[in-house]
Amino acid sequence: MPHIAIIGNGIAGITAARFIRKLSASLPEHQISVISSESEFFFSRTALMYVYMGHMRWKDIQPYETGFWEKNRINLIYNTVQEIDFKEKRLKFNQDPPLSYDKLILATGSKSNTFDLPGRHLAGVTGLYSKQDLERIESLSPKIKKAVITGGGLIGIELAEMFHSRNIPVTMLVRETDYWSSVLPPEEAKMISGHIREHHIDLKLETQLKSITDDGQGSVAGIITDRNEEIACEFVGLTIGVRPNIDFLRSGPLECDKGILVNEYLETNIPDVYAIGDCAQIRTPNSGRKNIEAVWYTGRIMGETVAHTLCRRKTMYNPGIWYNSAKFFDIEYQVYGLVPAQIKSPLNSFYWEDPNGKKSVRLIYDDESRIIKGFNLMGIRFRHEVCERWIQLETKLDEVIANIRLAFFDPEFFKDIAPELIQQYNREQGKNIALRSTNSLNAVLQFFKQSKSNT
Amino acid sequence: MKSIQNNLTPPIYSSRLYYFMFAGFMGLLILLLSTLHVITPGALWLVISLGLISAGVIRFSWELYSTRPEGIKNNGVWFEAISSRKYAAWILAIVLTSFYCLLYWWPEYLGFSEKGNHGLIALFDPLSYLLKNQAASQWFVYGVLYTLAILLFGIKFIWKYRHNRYQLVRTVSVVFFQLAFAFLLPEFMLRMNLPYNDFKNMWPLNYYFFDGWHLQELMNHGRIGWFMLLFGVMMIILISPVLTYFYGKRWYCSWVCGCGGLAETAGDSFRHLSDKSLRAWKIERFLIYTVLLFAIIMTAGILYTYKTGQSSLLGLSTASMRSVYGFVIGSMFSGVIGVGFYPLMGTRVWCRFGCPMAAILGIQQRLFSRFRITTNGGQCISCGNCSTYCEMGIDVRAYAQRGQNIVRASCVGCGICAAVCPRGVLKLENGSVDLHERTNLIRNERIG
Ligand SMILES: Cc1cc2nc3c(=O)[nH]c(=O)nc-3n(C[C@H](O)[C@H](O)[C@H](O)COP(=O)(O)OP(=O)(O)OC[C@H]3O[C@@H](n4cnc5c(N)ncnc54)[C@H](O)[C@@H]3O)c2cc1C
Ligand code: SF4
Ligand code: SF4
Repeated sequence: MPHIAIIGNGIAGITAARFIRKLSASLPEHQISVISSESEFFFSRTALMYVYMGHMRWKDIQPYETGFWEKNRINLIYNTVQEIDFKEKRLKFNQDPPLSYDKLILATGSKSNTFDLPGRHLAGVTGLYSKQDLERIESLSPKIKKAVITGGGLIGIELAEMFHSRNIPVTMLVRETDYWSSVLPPEEAKMISGHIREHHIDLKLETQLKSITDDGQGSVAGIITDRNEEIACEFVGLTIGVRPNIDFLRSGPLECDKGILVNEYLETNIPDVYAIGDCAQIRTPNSGRKNIEAVWYTGRIMGETVAHTLCRRKTMYNPGIWYNSAKFFDIEYQVYGLVPAQIKSPLNSFYWEDPNGKKSVRLIYDDESRIIKGFNLMGIRFRHEVCERWIQLETKLDEVIANIRLAFFDPEFFKDIAPELIQQYNREQGKNIALRSTNSLNAVLQFFKQSKSNT
Repeated sequence: MKSIQNNLTPPIYSSRLYYFMFAGFMGLLILLLSTLHVITPGALWLVISLGLISAGVIRFSWELYSTRPEGIKNNGVWFEAISSRKYAAWILAIVLTSFYCLLYWWPEYLGFSEKGNHGLIALFDPLSYLLKNQAASQWFVYGVLYTLAILLFGIKFIWKYRHNRYQLVRTVSVVFFQLAFAFLLPEFMLRMNLPYNDFKNMWPLNYYFFDGWHLQELMNHGRIGWFMLLFGVMMIILISPVLTYFYGKRWYCSWVCGCGGLAETAGDSFRHLSDKSLRAWKIERFLIYTVLLFAIIMTAGILYTYKTGQSSLLGLSTASMRSVYGFVIGSMFSGVIGVGFYPLMGTRVWCRFGCPMAAILGIQQRLFSRFRITTNGGQCISCGNCSTYCEMGIDVRAYAQRGQNIVRASCVGCGICAAVCPRGVLKLENGSVDLHERTNLIRNERIG
């Protein structure tokens, strides 16, 4: 009866556990333990903000009913692993007796960066990553008259939206020229910057946090920016990125860099030990991909991959074509494929924006071959599978534009943007392309069938 | 997460909101005072009361939503007392259930009297005379208040979801069918001495349709009566299955039906209170098909009696079966519990656990409709918004996170799951091909 221990009950660890249970059904019974110091049950980290905003209760962000774990014989251990004895294959806890394993999966996730900011230890300074962070923010909230958030990324804007929902004024410090302009192309970054301001967030661009001041009692009194502006506040949100949560592993024999180093099979340098999710750093990532991708989807794919390796055959990690999504206040964002912030030769892009300034479509293509490379959507939903298929099949931009309706995923009766889009395309590129497809489900399924037989 | 629940700061709204809320409550107070005979009924009081209610709700909604950019407005839903089963919700539930009990079983306390109304019912006499030249009944009063609720909260809903055209069109439709088909048309028909008929209300939701007296009444009206009878039967056997085939049961449950209409509009603030557990799903399947069976047997019984004159079928008195159905299902389940428990159990308690119409349409939807909710590849982040705001208590997330399409008998196609999803994962669609393949397929697995 092999015992598989998984440290971390986030999306990566839990997906691994679920798939191991599923794939090992015909094998001798596997014992599965999942250890977490954060929460008793798996919850959706991406939904933390909605608990604070009152959209959901804590139990609503737990994707499985509590009976699920027992039913699937997944043993949950609510404890902190202090140390791992890789030789003896044992996990050590503070009080409880050690736990032996046969195989170990490290899925310890990330933690918030704090860098060396003066004042980062004051009460009222926190990142937003864990359940405990959320609890801290909640308990601080009644006293916050003003919150300063530093960092123009995905978690920063979520934190801003959270305070906004409680009518707490927010100042947001962003180092770049526009919100998230290190990732978003300029037009989109500008659109979101405008939208942030529309929500009465005081967005300060090209501004960084220099230091946090003490109120004399160990709490935040305010901050000073790199432009020497002083802002009084009771809360400072540090959302300047995350890093792998592996400090307790650093001193041992496990090879680490920023994260735990793994090969394409998610194996670490120690036999029978794997690392997945945010904490894993791929030694040689696929071209165009980063070695650490701290997102939900990659964690899930890694969890599935490692389960196949453990229960079936050795399986290589293949994240496929990049995709991601987010929501900036009221504007949804989706990305498929390659979308660099600066679109330079050999890439080029076609950009359409709705007159209301809250919707846009950007198609990235190779300038010479005119093959589609990526999609960047604001305020518009596109169909993942269609975009993916177009990119895989190296479809030409003209073909994509003519069939653009196949990708539309907005609810029924939404404004059909295809005519405007193609008109602008024809005008700008001197073409005369006509729209071909509808966005009916039948047409889409037909497209899948056809394109499958083409590959 | 104890600390979160203890430290709630509800969103602060402008103080004007409270004025408008106050105005609305004043309108309701007039209704209460007239029920208690404190004020003498008269057209002026009626106008003032309904006027205050209308102005209050409309201005309240305007104030609440117009000042904020378009988007999902669920901030504080689980904090506000009214929408999180706290004291205000209990008060409302008690008021609503009491009102329904009086309405069904003790209308005389509302002022109903064959010899001349008084109290609340008399307050509505002027409007009733205006519409159909008869004194009001408790059902007329109920109809007016019900329709007004759908209309006013429909406006609120439209304002809230103004960024979503599906919600706009659907709400306009449901308000229209309530106002025109359920309320105005039947009243005018009475005025023209035609039988009362709500064309969109079909058997078995309309459980008196095959009652002897009803059939007799229709037939007594010659051609038009026969037309109504034929139309009613065609609705059941032809029109509704065909529409359900093309669009799913939503064409009825969230676009046309009056029960659905109230749930979608006045009930919007309570939709998240539905129970999402597997246990609730089991209870749902047991209860709803039991009620359907009961409705079929009961109807067969009264038709048998109507046809043969025999008063009992298989030793059961058909008349008492009919009256038990009317009492337990028609009044208690669909009315008292169905609406009275909105603030505690969510808005679709009746639609989900009891409605035999929903049961039939659900079977059709599950077996041969083109309707399904498709999920967008791997984009789901398992956040739970969709499941939380599904009024039918469907655990949408369970499907979405696996990339499975959703075909569930109970889904009324309200589209709220798709609206609240922050990652654009869900879409309500109709398509004739690959239905079952795509509902079974788990498309969110990478390794085949
Ligand atoms: C607010 C927020 C919003 C986000 N939104 C999105 C989004 O919209 N889309 C997206 O793609 N990604 C999003 N992310 C990122 C995404 O949530 C993460 O990439 C993902 O949750 C990582 O999953 P994981 O399983 O690798 O690790 P985690 O979820 O971090 O799980 C690791 C677990 O291991 C536990 N652990 C670590 N060490 C030990 C130990 N020694 N003993 C016991 N337990 C231990 C931790 O306490 C933690 O519970 C968001 C992140 C945050 C914080
Ligand atoms: S599944 Fe979605 S569309 Fe169906 S009832 Fe639930 S919320 Fe409405
Ligand atoms: S479908 Fe959307 S709302 Fe539902 S869990 Fe997934 S991301 Fe959240």
